[in-house]
Amino acid sequence: MTEAAHGHDAHAPGEMEGHGSRRGYLLGFALSVALTAIPFWLVMTGALHDVQATAIVIIALAIVQILVHTVCFLHVNSRSEGGWTLLAYTFAAVIVLIVIAGSLWIMHHLAVNMMPMPMTATGSEP
Amino acid sequence: MSDTAPEAPVFYDTQDTHHHAPGGSTMLGFWIYLMSDALIFATLFAAFGVLSTAYAGGPTPREIFELPLVALNTAILLVSSITYGFAMIAMQEGRLGGTRLWLALTGLLGAAFVGVELFEFSNLIAEGATPQHSAFLSAFFTLVGTHGLHVSFGIVWLVVMLVQLGQRGLHPENQRRLMCLSMFWHFLDVVWIGVFTFVYLLGVLR
Repeated sequence: MTEAAHGHDAHAPGEMEGHGSRRGYLLGFALSVALTAIPFWLVMTGALHDVQATAIVIIALAIVQILVHTVCFLHVNSRSEGGWTLLAYTFAAVIVLIVIAGSLWIMHHLAVNMMPMPMTATGSEP
Repeated sequence: MSDTAPEAPVFYDTQDTHHHAPGGSTMLGFWIYLMSDALIFATLFAAFGVLSTAYAGGPTPREIFELPLVALNTAILLVSSITYGFAMIAMQEGRLGGTRLWLALTGLLGAAFVGVELFEFSNLIAEGATPQHSAFLSAFFTLVGTHGLHVSFGIVWLVVMLVQLGQRGLHPENQRRLMCLSMFWHFLDVVWIGVFTFVYLLGVLR
């Protein structure tokens, strides 16, 4: 059951691999700056002239940036801790997606179906 | 009478007798904690997502969010990520002075982040956009406030580590603690990506 995790006995704590090089951190930082600056620029200047398209682009950039941080800063890969870090991360990501998407989905339909009277303010629901 | 002679009892050692370095599983355990913390934030994001248009006649995100301030805060947190990275590199190279210098810089940036956030909160409250005003504002203050509280506790931890490094240096236990704090700090930056995208940017777009 835990044999994979025991594969790291040879490493003393503090000597685990995958804690990044200066190059890895700088690469992650450069990517993060770009992936942060672009969405702020898009929203603050309205460069795309289309709310829907802007929303899709900034959500996509956020997902990419989360992956960049996970790899470059958190050093999640299939080797660290015998793969258990990646497994836990994937599991958590699935649960996070289910909780957020599921809540939005259910509550959106609840709002649509249960609204007792026309309320104009809800017309712009995402 | 059985036809096989009773055999001497055989014992199987089911206990794990491998030698473990003390703290060898701390990193994975702390990682699991972070993943459970991610679930706390997931529920807060879900609540905010559901309530993000429940203005109750109060202010809307476009009226109250100041994107330049948010951009400043985002930049501060992003730079603090790379300074913590440099602290880890200095630690790997065994440079105590460099580690402490980069850690202190990270702590100052973290304090600046919390300061800007408190300034933003006090502005909002002064404008009448209090958590009590609408479900949108309650969800906003809960989500962003929980993140800010995490950063504040991260700063406390960081100060404790600076004291420990000053007293005992870069021994393996302190290295392990610094690696856990590293994960914590970078994890908070990941959560902030979600905050500035889904709360501030999408809020202003809406």
